[in-house]
Amino acid sequence: MLEFARWKYILVTLVLLLAALFALPNIFGEDAALQVARRDRANFVISEQKSVEDLLKDRGLSFSGSYIDEGRLMLRFSAVSEQLKARDAVNENLSKEYVTALSFASRSPAWLRKLGLHPMPLGLDLRGGLYLLYQVDIDGALGQLLEVYEQDLRKALSQANINFTDIVPFADGATRPNGLRVLLPVGTNIDLVRLAMRKVLPDLVYVDSSDASGSVIQIVLSPAQIKERQDYAIQQNLTTLRNRVNELGVSEPVVQRQGLDRIAVQLPGVQNSAEVKDILGKVATLEFRLVDVQNSITDAVQRGRAPLGSKLYKTRDEQPVLLKRDIIVTGDQLVDALTVATDQGPGVSVKLDAAGGDEMLRTTRANLKRPMAVVFIEQRREEIEIAGERIQRDIKEEKVINQATIQGVFSTNFQITGLDPNEARELALLLRAGALAAPIFVIEERAVGPALGKENIRKGVGALVMGMAVLFIFMLAYYRTFGLVANIVLIANVVLLAALLTVFRAALSLPGIAGMVLTVGMAVDANVLIFERIREELRNGVTPQTAIAKGFEKAFSAIADSNITTLIAGVVLWALGTGAIRGFAVVLSLGILTSMFTSLMGSRALLTLMYGGTRRPQQLSI
Amino acid sequence: MELFKSNSRIEFMGIRKFWYMLSAVMFLLSIGAIWTKGLNLGIDFTGGVTVEAAFKGEARLEAIRKGLEASGFKDVQVQNFGSSRDVAIRLPPLEGKSSEQVRSQVEGVLKNVDASVVLQRVDVVGPQVGKELRSSAIVSLLSTLVLIFIYVLVRFHAWQLSFGAIIAAIHDPVIVLGFFALTGVVFDLSVVAAVLAVIGYSLNDTVVVFDRIRERFEANKRLEPAAVLNLSVNQTLSRTIMTSLTTFIVVVTLLIFGGPVLQGFAIALVVGIMVGTYSSIYIASAVALDAGLTAESLFPTRQKLAIDDLP
Repeated sequence: MLEFARWKYILVTLVLLLAALFALPNIFGEDAALQVARRDRANFVISEQKSVEDLLKDRGLSFSGSYIDEGRLMLRFSAVSEQLKARDAVNENLSKEYVTALSFASRSPAWLRKLGLHPMPLGLDLRGGLYLLYQVDIDGALGQLLEVYEQDLRKALSQANINFTDIVPFADGATRPNGLRVLLPVGTNIDLVRLAMRKVLPDLVYVDSSDASGSVIQIVLSPAQIKERQDYAIQQNLTTLRNRVNELGVSEPVVQRQGLDRIAVQLPGVQNSAEVKDILGKVATLEFRLVDVQNSITDAVQRGRAPLGSKLYKTRDEQPVLLKRDIIVTGDQLVDALTVATDQGPGVSVKLDAAGGDEMLRTTRANLKRPMAVVFIEQRREEIEIAGERIQRDIKEEKVINQATIQGVFSTNFQITGLDPNEARELALLLRAGALAAPIFVIEERAVGPALGKENIRKGVGALVMGMAVLFIFMLAYYRTFGLVANIVLIANVVLLAALLTVFRAALSLPGIAGMVLTVGMAVDANVLIFERIREELRNGVTPQTAIAKGFEKAFSAIADSNITTLIAGVVLWALGTGAIRGFAVVLSLGILTSMFTSLMGSRALLTLMYGGTRRPQQLSI
Repeated sequence: MELFKSNSRIEFMGIRKFWYMLSAVMFLLSIGAIWTKGLNLGIDFTGGVTVEAAFKGEARLEAIRKGLEASGFKDVQVQNFGSSRDVAIRLPPLEGKSSEQVRSQVEGVLKNVDASVVLQRVDVVGPQVGKELRSSAIVSLLSTLVLIFIYVLVRFHAWQLSFGAIIAAIHDPVIVLGFFALTGVVFDLSVVAAVLAVIGYSLNDTVVVFDRIRERFEANKRLEPAAVLNLSVNQTLSRTIMTSLTTFIVVVTLLIFGGPVLQGFAIALVVGIMVGTYSSIYIASAVALDAGLTAESLFPTRQKLAIDDLP
């Protein structure tokens, strides 16, 4: 007989009510918003909210909503122009304490937000934004490591009063340098040198050789050390990229490792890809060095090389400068950097870590009234064509951006000047975010404008609505009352699918919407299978109630079976696909599962309500 | 309302040679087209640059093309995209130029043609990434087929049915690919997704038909295999056509209203659903029959017992 257990009714009702609740935030749409977060990552408090609001009111900027969400202040605006003005206002007045990010905020009512219910995130193709896939140059990471080692050795040997000719990188059975060579004059006590070297670099393999011109000690990185360094480089680059992205003020950015040596970056809402790529990909750092005042610059320029222990640099006006080879402090030792206005124009106020502070204290104390220089180092990769072949070339640019006389002893806190406002801002950003441990370059880039994103949503949703409308009419005409049931169940299916996507926070892409459209068409399939079975049973002459019960019973295996093949395709797509295609796979797979639930449980519940129990219909409208 | 008489008695098996011929022609034509013309691979697979730009007025394609060629781009494809005001520009992989340089150069050319142009989308795919996406697309196609083969082998208790399903599962995507090769519609990642969905979907119909075959054989083991298969296809015909129709309806709305981005995806599904439905009705069962499917292949032990019981 046609029955449906009470607990099943309760289950179906509960699931669908919950689904409706979770799917609800999606129908309200989004406003342009400004996200304000505290620099120290502490939670926003009400009084702060008030002061930011007051600032905007003072500026005559109107916002349509303001609330604290996950410890950050969200300000909603009905117009993008207001949003941008508000950002500038906050950045100008409160940049010390707060960082801002352009964002989107749901128009859903407060009670939904309080329940922690948010609309499903939209993919870049629907929201507009920038996708970048970076290749990490892990060989380049080695070069940087060798530079650090070289510096360490120079320092150690000088401190041990060992006289050395030079330290140069070299390649041992590789195309790029993987070791260092310490060149020593004739008659050097090799053991003594080795001892000093081992103190700073104990884990390396040492090989030495001597000839008439002097001795050489070689150190070469082992494969394990190279691997370790490469892993470190990728991890470090991930962290740095995350920091830089955060500094850019993008909301809901995604920075993740992809495969062995790649990093994918998603920046919703970002338009200016040139500026963003410039900042994200910059391999830049600072070095503080003493100016060599003992030797003559003109001599060095004429001879084309610097005297021992010094290096020839150029300022930004292409003037030669002679600096000591020993680095006082590098950019890695910075803990904070902020742009400031100084008497000499825009500058960057810098804070060093303890070790850096000690070193700076020692140096400034010993070198009062002597000049110190700040060197800005930037690495770029350039592709050039030589004889029809493309060659990638790394370019390292070192410029002295500032020289100043040490006026007093200082340690952890000081200022760098001699920059224009843009440079000061960029330098502060790069210093705060940290340096990249290896150069990176873009190998895939996808940028979608916001207008196109909106258009994509409109078209995708339009196709979904149109498809459903035509399907409704068709099902009604073909199955009459049962068609109505199928249509109700189909709506339930879409709601359930939307709820699952919202709960899983799977970003909805345009192929995702296409997947929804496809799912709608396929979801009807289960009902068609059931209804056709019921018709068949009716033709065989059984009573309407039995026909319905048997229809469900017999159609079950076919429904389960026929969906498995599509599910297989969906899972493969999910496993091997990337980005938007993955979105399609998720929607397709989830849609199959929800359609099975709604058609087997939902239709059954509805039909039993209509025809089951003591009602004994003589005829079915099918 | 019923589209098909409940007791339709269409002779599917008797004229199967005709459908084999049709399928063979379509299949060989597809293979030939893929072989000789090849697929018009999108930048997802070749690497390169795609720019979509919106103009205020009608886009002057020829001026854009000339401008791009004058700035040194080779093999430029410029075409309307969705409307006469929108253009899609495709450029081959970058040669010695950074993506930013290409972007600004293209923007410069477009601004020269019409200063009010807005770049809607810029995709830059490096040749290495293109190569990888290509191989991952092939891997996903093959692994889907393999997984489905395994499923089909386990699922049906007769190898003849598995064989029929596998033939259909190869038949359908090849013809979809052939269609893309013949028409030159751009073949990108989303089309691969659609083709995989087609493989899964077309088997869906086949599984239902095969289930019915099993049921019919179980009910009456004395019937001729050809008659059972005919009956099964006829009995499931209404359902096969109905579900194909519902899916077809939504896919066609997707093609009409989904916009140019989803066009390739929708085309693959439209073609795939038609081919998949056709192969479920005319090919899969017929192949199983010619592979020698009988009641015995599905229920071997019982059949044997019945023989043993004979005096």
